[in-house]
Amino acid sequence: MKHIAIGILGAAALGFMASAASAGTLDTVKQKGFIQCGVSTGLAGFSAPDDKGEWKGIDADFCRAVAAAVFGDGSKVKFTPLSAKERFTALQSGEIDILSRNTTWTSNRDSALGLDFVGVTYYDGQGFMINAKKLPGVNSALQLSGAAVCVQSGTTTELNLADYFKKNKMEYNPVVFEKLEEVNAAYDAGRCDAYTTDQSGLYGIRLTLSSPADHVVLPEIISKEPLGPAVRQGDDQWAHIARWTYFALLNAEEAGITQANVDEMKTSTDPNIQRILGTEPDGKYGADLGLSNDWVVNIVKAVGNYGEMFERNVGSGSPLKIARGINALWTKGGLQYGPPIR
Amino acid sequence: MASQEILREEPSRGSFINDPRIRSLFFQTLVVILLFGSIWWIINNVIENLQRLHIASGFQFLKSRAGFDISDTPIAYTSDATYGRALIVGLLNTIIVAVAGIVIATIVGFIIGIGRLSQNWLIRKICTVYVEIFRNIPPLLVIFFWYSGVLAVLPPPRESIHLPFGSFLNQRGFYFPRAIWGDGSWLIGVALLLAIAMAWFVAHKARQRQRATGQQFPVFWTSVALIIGLPVLAFFLGGMPLTFDFPKQSTFNLTGGFWVKPEFLSLLLALSFYTAAFIAEIVRAGIRGVSKGQSEAAAALGLRSGPIMRLVVVPQAMRIVIPPLTSQYLNLTKNSSLAIAIGYPDLTATAGTVLNQTGQAVEGVFIMMIAYLVLSLVTSFVMNIVNARMALVER
Amino acid sequence: MQEHDMSWVRTEMALAQPAPPTEHGAYAWVRKNLIGSVGDAILTILGIAIVLWILPQVINWAFINAVWSGPDRTVCATVSQGGVQPDGWTGACWAFVNAKFGQLMFGTYPIEERWRPILVGILFVLLLVPMLIPRVPRKGLNAILLFVALPIVSFFLLVGGVFGLPHVETPRWGGLLVTLSLSFVGIAVSLPLGIMLALGRRSKMPIVKWLCVVFIETVRGIPLITVLFFASVMLPLFLPAGVTFDKYLRALIGVSLFAAAYMAEVVRGGLQAIPRGQYEGADSLGLGYWQKMGLIVLPQALKLVIPGIVNTFIGMLKDTSLVLIISMFDLLGVVKQNFADPNWATPQTPKSGLIFAAFVFWLLCFGMSRYSMYTERRLDTGYRR
Repeated sequence: MKHIAIGILGAAALGFMASAASAGTLDTVKQKGFIQCGVSTGLAGFSAPDDKGEWKGIDADFCRAVAAAVFGDGSKVKFTPLSAKERFTALQSGEIDILSRNTTWTSNRDSALGLDFVGVTYYDGQGFMINAKKLPGVNSALQLSGAAVCVQSGTTTELNLADYFKKNKMEYNPVVFEKLEEVNAAYDAGRCDAYTTDQSGLYGIRLTLSSPADHVVLPEIISKEPLGPAVRQGDDQWAHIARWTYFALLNAEEAGITQANVDEMKTSTDPNIQRILGTEPDGKYGADLGLSNDWVVNIVKAVGNYGEMFERNVGSGSPLKIARGINALWTKGGLQYGPPIR
Repeated sequence: MASQEILREEPSRGSFINDPRIRSLFFQTLVVILLFGSIWWIINNVIENLQRLHIASGFQFLKSRAGFDISDTPIAYTSDATYGRALIVGLLNTIIVAVAGIVIATIVGFIIGIGRLSQNWLIRKICTVYVEIFRNIPPLLVIFFWYSGVLAVLPPPRESIHLPFGSFLNQRGFYFPRAIWGDGSWLIGVALLLAIAMAWFVAHKARQRQRATGQQFPVFWTSVALIIGLPVLAFFLGGMPLTFDFPKQSTFNLTGGFWVKPEFLSLLLALSFYTAAFIAEIVRAGIRGVSKGQSEAAAALGLRSGPIMRLVVVPQAMRIVIPPLTSQYLNLTKNSSLAIAIGYPDLTATAGTVLNQTGQAVEGVFIMMIAYLVLSLVTSFVMNIVNARMALVER
Repeated sequence: MQEHDMSWVRTEMALAQPAPPTEHGAYAWVRKNLIGSVGDAILTILGIAIVLWILPQVINWAFINAVWSGPDRTVCATVSQGGVQPDGWTGACWAFVNAKFGQLMFGTYPIEERWRPILVGILFVLLLVPMLIPRVPRKGLNAILLFVALPIVSFFLLVGGVFGLPHVETPRWGGLLVTLSLSFVGIAVSLPLGIMLALGRRSKMPIVKWLCVVFIETVRGIPLITVLFFASVMLPLFLPAGVTFDKYLRALIGVSLFAAAYMAEVVRGGLQAIPRGQYEGADSLGLGYWQKMGLIVLPQALKLVIPGIVNTFIGMLKDTSLVLIISMFDLLGVVKQNFADPNWATPQTPKSGLIFAAFVFWLLCFGMSRYSMYTERRLDTGYRR
């Protein structure tokens, strides 16, 4: 223990140590000048580094949106890749300011893990993928009795899998890995018959297999996986900023504000748009949150509205080509519903 | 030591700062204060952090339902079992792979080590290349190699390789018939125990007789005959109470029989082959450490080469070999935690999952550390007993 | 009388007869070394069979059939996998290593800043090489530059944020840069720490002694992964709210503490091997504890345990590969990470990447062990009988 103390002192001397006051996260973030954002170690469409080390994906973009809301500059964010195991401690300990890492919102995580989820940026459900070439005739997850199933450990996926097979009185052999890359490699090598994770993930992973066309995603969705960003419990102001950044993205889409037209929209006379963009005379919705009044303008300029973010990262503008489905706005039959900014 | 005692009794300098006893006392008090200070500080921080963040604490979680499945379960386990049981399953898996690894690594290591001292140039070089390759790459890489190698070489389950005795080999592992013991099989167990006891008795008597009269008795062959013969006899007397459960092809995989999964196989092979390289070096050093005069003297006394090895060289070499061998066994046990990289559910992997499902990092890591410490201490303890028996009895 | 003496003294030596053909030349060597007995001959045949079975496969795969460069996966995939190679082709995909070389060396360190790690590497080699050659003078200055000046300079160069160098945060470090920097700093920290622990363990102060024993035995009893888990998930909870520090640094602390415990045992072995007379001699000269240790005991003890120290270093270099389990990307981590790149996903990619990583590790470790053997022979000044 003595040596840990020495190590810590040494650490301080090295200047690696980031000390933050236990005051509000917003103040700390403003003081250091950037947001530390926890992302996955690489899941296409959600958060994955490209060749140049730039993080791409919905989860990464959400952090950029928060940075834009706080600083007016979407680039003031630094990413920390985290494994499933590290993610909660990293947030709890203050290593990161926001966890945006395709994490499922559950009651236990909200209550016992010191997390506070801010919303659901992607409604997902767990599915199965199989190699249709090797297993012709399998077209339902209910035919998977006796199969070897690849799954990542330490996730809700692992628990849902156990529940599903138990409920349907089927047998299976779990093949459990710590890291996504390892699950992918094992599935690709034929170690398992089926691969289970969130459906969005399955589409992304399929692209990285050696022959993507052979693999099909089975129709069954066996769980609810509301994926969203989380912040530390007990800091309401910061939670509000994160939550309303998400709602702002939705409101912008609903009002038809896009990255391209946001500057024109500032002259709009529609009171709703004026409230959203902070152009309403003596409106101070941004200031009340601890931000500037043009916070939504900054968000949209940085990452676009929710729809643009979706299409660019996982939708038609991406290799994943996932349909909006339940992630469409409520006006279009989906579940994404942004409470009004007023 | 004595000279220092005298010095201490007569402090040469009158100064109180220079009194070694007082300095030692002062320094130790300082260390204790620092130690307890940092422990208190850490505990305080942990408690404060856990409360502030509303994180659950304590070990109650061990009794709640785990909810996840484990692929290799030496004892009965379902997703309805508790976290505590999941951890025990993990611990057992670690012990199984460590024990099996130690056995294989020792055998391979001795063969390679003796091979490096062989008269035969080619064998010597092959063994050297083996040792130099495996000693100088990380064990994690060795594990990855075996795993991807095993998966790449073996066929998918529908094209399984058929082996004798109804065994199969494919990407999903190695399947072989499982023996099902029927009624009366306890007789065989009793016979085996009886045979071992008798063999020990014969060996004891034979030694006594050799000491008294110099006459030898073929102890080895008698023991083999006893240990194999008696259970076989009991087997037939008991009415052959044995059937086999053969693996059969089903929709996806083979079912039935006994099944060794590729994760276990590759971890076992990787750990054994990696550690064997180190054991080989230890064995080589041990044998070379026995002076040549010893075997020459034994030869001069008229012993043949077999007894020279068995009675003169090996017992002396073992004394050099056992202490470093112990640390290799410990290393192998600890390296088995790398199983996490290929998904074998050992203690680290299971504890990691439990830690992540419950969010109780402190307790999870604590359990993991204690379990490995106990394993290491037990291994050291056993090897120390072996070492004490081998040690030179000096007068 | 003397005239009749028939004794005869030969005045010149008889010419040496050539050795019988069975005792010299190639045939004798073969007879002695390969087919000494029936058992030997069988072993030889077996050995030749093994070599003939493995070697051509390896050479074919790694050199003859290998693909050395190319833009994407097509060059390493067979026609049925959507590539250009004929079906049934197997060969190393060095093109993958080639294309990813920058990442394998530096991770995602910004490309325009990569001159910084390269410069550090050059400085390191420039300081290390004269250090390793015994004939080059001024070892003291060299050591100070290597172990004190270089880490400081490297720290500022690599981390940046001063002198107009942009700050590069550690999550962007990767590849060989992480492997080497972790092990080098780990070595520089663990050696002095290990010496202190070893001295503590042999101390006459009971509390200090037991603390050191408990620390050393605990760390030696648990796997490095547990230590790394401890550093990555538990350490943050040990600190006051809001204080965190870098994951890289946490891994560094974990690896250093781990290596220090092993180092302590190696050094203790050396301390025990120093004859009592040396301690007593130093005492009788009136030297204090630190003088006695620093001037008399440690120089002798450390010289004795050089092989052990180098082995610990080798172990540490190999152990840095474990940081991939706490999602840091050392050389092996970057290799594994790149398997997920759809542009390069072929059946040959993983094998090629892993073998490249293995080769780099092997080169470093083998070089170190050979150098240690050389030093051992050079410093062998008469302790061994």
